[in-house]
Amino acid sequence: MEQNKMASLNTQILRMSGVNPRKCMRCGKCSGTCPAYDEMEYHPHQFVHMVETGDIASLLQSESIYKCLSCFACVERCPRGVEPAKLIEAIRSLKTRPVGQNHITPDEIPALLDEDLPQQAIVSALRKYMK
Amino acid sequence: MQRIGVFVCWCGSNIAATVDVHAVAEAARHEPGVVFSTDYQYMCSQAGQNMIIEAVKEHHLTGLVICSCSPRMHEATFRKTAANAGINPYMVEIANIREQCSWVHKDMAAGTEKAIILAKAAIAKVHLNTALTPGESKVTKRALVIGGGIAGIQTALDIAEAGFPVDIVEKEPTIGGKMAQLDKTFPTLDCAACILTPKMVDAAQNENIRIISYAQVEEVGGFVGNFHVKIRKKARFVNEDVCTGCGLCTEKCPQKKVPNAFNLNMDNHRAIYIPFAQAVPKVAVIDPNYCTMLKTGKCGVCAKVCTAGAIDYKQQDQIIEEEYGAIVAATGYNPISVEKFDEFAYSQSKDVITSLEFERLTNAAGPTAGKLLRPSDGEHPHTIVFVQCVGSRCAANAAKGKEYCSKICCMYTAKHAMLVRDKYPDTDVYVFYIDVRTPGKNFDEFYRRAVEEYGVHYIKGMVGKITPENGKLKVQGSDLIADKQLHIDADLVVLAAAIEPDKSARPLATMLTASMDTNDFFTEAHPKLRPVESPTAGIFLSGTCQGPKDIPETVSQASAAAAKVIGLLSKNTLKGNPCVAQSDEWMCNGCSSCANVCPYGAITYENKEFRMPDRSTKVRRIAKVNPAVCQGCGACTVACPSGAMDLNGFKNNQIMAEVDAICK
Amino acid sequence: MMKVSYFPGCTLKTKAKQLDIYARACAEVLGVTLEELPDWQCCGGVFNTSKDEIATKLSAVRALSAAGKAGQPLVSICSACHNVLKQTNAAMQNDSEFASHVNHYITQTGQGQMAPYHGETTVLHYLELLRDVIGFDKVKSCVKYPLTGKKIGAYYGCLLLRPSSVMAMDDPENPQILEEFIRAIGAEPVIYAMRNECCGGYMTLEEKSLAQKKSTAVLDNASSAGADLLVTACPLCKYNLDKNGQNPLPVVYFTELLAEALGIKEA
Repeated sequence: MEQNKMASLNTQILRMSGVNPRKCMRCGKCSGTCPAYDEMEYHPHQFVHMVETGDIASLLQSESIYKCLSCFACVERCPRGVEPAKLIEAIRSLKTRPVGQNHITPDEIPALLDEDLPQQAIVSALRKYMK
Repeated sequence: MQRIGVFVCWCGSNIAATVDVHAVAEAARHEPGVVFSTDYQYMCSQAGQNMIIEAVKEHHLTGLVICSCSPRMHEATFRKTAANAGINPYMVEIANIREQCSWVHKDMAAGTEKAIILAKAAIAKVHLNTALTPGESKVTKRALVIGGGIAGIQTALDIAEAGFPVDIVEKEPTIGGKMAQLDKTFPTLDCAACILTPKMVDAAQNENIRIISYAQVEEVGGFVGNFHVKIRKKARFVNEDVCTGCGLCTEKCPQKKVPNAFNLNMDNHRAIYIPFAQAVPKVAVIDPNYCTMLKTGKCGVCAKVCTAGAIDYKQQDQIIEEEYGAIVAATGYNPISVEKFDEFAYSQSKDVITSLEFERLTNAAGPTAGKLLRPSDGEHPHTIVFVQCVGSRCAANAAKGKEYCSKICCMYTAKHAMLVRDKYPDTDVYVFYIDVRTPGKNFDEFYRRAVEEYGVHYIKGMVGKITPENGKLKVQGSDLIADKQLHIDADLVVLAAAIEPDKSARPLATMLTASMDTNDFFTEAHPKLRPVESPTAGIFLSGTCQGPKDIPETVSQASAAAAKVIGLLSKNTLKGNPCVAQSDEWMCNGCSSCANVCPYGAITYENKEFRMPDRSTKVRRIAKVNPAVCQGCGACTVACPSGAMDLNGFKNNQIMAEVDAICK
Repeated sequence: MMKVSYFPGCTLKTKAKQLDIYARACAEVLGVTLEELPDWQCCGGVFNTSKDEIATKLSAVRALSAAGKAGQPLVSICSACHNVLKQTNAAMQNDSEFASHVNHYITQTGQGQMAPYHGETTVLHYLELLRDVIGFDKVKSCVKYPLTGKKIGAYYGCLLLRPSSVMAMDDPENPQILEEFIRAIGAEPVIYAMRNECCGGYMTLEEKSLAQKKSTAVLDNASSAGADLLVTACPLCKYNLDKNGQNPLPVVYFTELLAEALGIKEA
């Protein structure tokens, strides 16, 4: 049962992201270029590998999905066109969509503000972190 | 009426697994004109061929249909069988029931139905076949080798050794190619110049070899055994026959700021120069883009110092025309431009270099006299990072890079890393790799020595970004085994750039009508069984123009290509292909449509007197095909508006008979 | 006077007014009117790359469609807005499943009903407007007070350039457009490797230390390369570099410098 659910989540991630993890040749350039590497428990190349092998549960529970900056450096520099950032985005979307799974809530925002902070930052964070 | 025999091959299970071969033989038996039909496990085997010969004798067959593999595979075999049985080889038709049938079908019923139809089409055609006899053409016993690197030199030496004259056309002022720029060679570490330059001298001194340097092939006509080639020899403004190569002019020329291409522009030479000390021919050349005399008419220093009187500012390009029996492409490779991969900062820092630049930096004849010094400040680098696979192994649809593995980088990087550690033990050397690929005699042992004896740090992972800052190169990459992002402050970074065919290869292939792959490597006639021949008859392939290769492999292939050339040049005559075009002079109206589309220039026109039905005479212009030049492509038969032009062996009525049989 | 549709975005209306005001004024001088789209809505700041994410991209589609209706290219300045608009437009062109979902929403009757849209509108960044429509030569000829002697580093960040297959503005690893701009206003561009690396982006909210690390690395690299000043097109980049970067190198919007050079703004 649990296995079936994971398999279907995996299919969903592949469909949402449009990524084919089998294209990965395990060079690690994504992780070599990632600016948020040190903040992550699982790194971009591991995301690709874990989705390929179906280990979605660990990824869904990991804080790493909120650390991706969406800077697209991994997408740009991957020699095989794997696009790890799109995979991470799909997993994050999958995680935050169900009710009560928001990583950040509007109530938490005021404490984080300062007078110069552009709206763009708040809007982006909300888009990345909550349904 | 023909007496036709049909022979259906099983090809083991290749055909028999998806085509009911008995049913095909049975169906063929009932076709008009078929007097014998059978099937057999391997028709191409000796036993199979004997069976055909027996059947011809027993049933007095006049035409054969072989239902088997593609004609590309065994048409020649079965034509020989027919000849042995005493019938004209062109009375054989092949029905391709393997590549175009059994291999592409999964369903037995569908496969069988299609095989029967293909057999019927071939039977319909063979009814209209006529005996054909190939013409003969003479072989010009001289070879042309295009490219004077190690591949071209080896091929030329082997051909010359067999007693045939060879011309080497080299676009640079000297032969030697890439190998001349290398320092040491793996896996034995002998110096490249020490093993190459004797061969260059051998080539220069061999009386059968003529080196045409600083030259390019401009036009190729003719066909196997009889190529006609136009070569442009660029003006070097120095008389080659007079110059002694003393080099005085290259020291006195006042124009000192000419980028030295041989040293990959890492230093300068004068406007008159000799590429390197062991150049062949050792003759100076003037770069007209920099020479003050050629640009403004004022200077003339080189002419004044030349005691031999070799300088000739008025020298013009020269056109050489020559006949050849065989042509060898040996156009070689270049590293790709790595500027598109600027995450590695090649265009931002002088201390990020390519591996070929590294060769020059460690070469005793290079810009630093062999001392490994940073290009930016001339300091000795203490930390060096090598990055593998820069632009190799990229996705087919990627915006930059090549899809293939460049094959030589793993080994030369191990060599570079080892040499650095050997000469400068105080230097830390890191190699970022995706896979270490070292198949080859003594290759993996060599790489392991770099790691185990010389202490080179091999890191499984790729560099993501290089940031030049405060005189250092901050290298950020992944170490996949340690599961870490590494940050290394390097003094020098060496990029193993992918290699690609030389830019001259594509236009040359067009001239030779030789096919190329999507990467502009020449295609071989068969990837396993004919690896040194182009599918175009008389064109041979040597070295990296066919695919990435190291020196040992290049030399092997170069000699193999030479053996093929020698085989061809040993023949006095070549049998032509009798399947050539023919014009029906009664139908031809001399419109020239055929000559306009003929890629071989095989069609000419003549005025001929015809006797008309009313007994008057009339002179008309009609087309004539030269069967020695015609390659049987059939373009003229399509272009001909009156239907006068027809192709022997593929006549319009034969094709229509096949179509009718298929559509029945 | 040429007219283009203009999508300012929320930050340009509040915290980054300088970016907006000078962009409009400069465009006027250079012969182009930025016509603000009526009723534009916030782009959302980021383009969610999940193909089944529809609702958050509708405001971008509405803006694109409105510009298309006016028969004008859609110009934006903020890197984030431009990225969202351009990526949404590409998805409308190339992802037929996504486009049919979106069109299902926007063509429904009721308020805001629109004609179906398939990515017909040309999306331009203000820099592309300068380079490809107006031309940097024209910009150069309009400069009254060239910024001679100023060494300026271009800071691209991520969103202007990547993913390059969609953004298609410049070489993603060796971009030139901002450097050409800097030359056009009479200053000297300073190339440094971190110009296309991330400043830390929205992570400043959750993980300030990361934003500090990334921004400082950018600034340090630029100043070591000899830059006196950085220019950017992105309010969030400017915020991170100014507030989180531990390096006093000043950062300004490129439109401010353009305004100075054209004599619209006091230096």
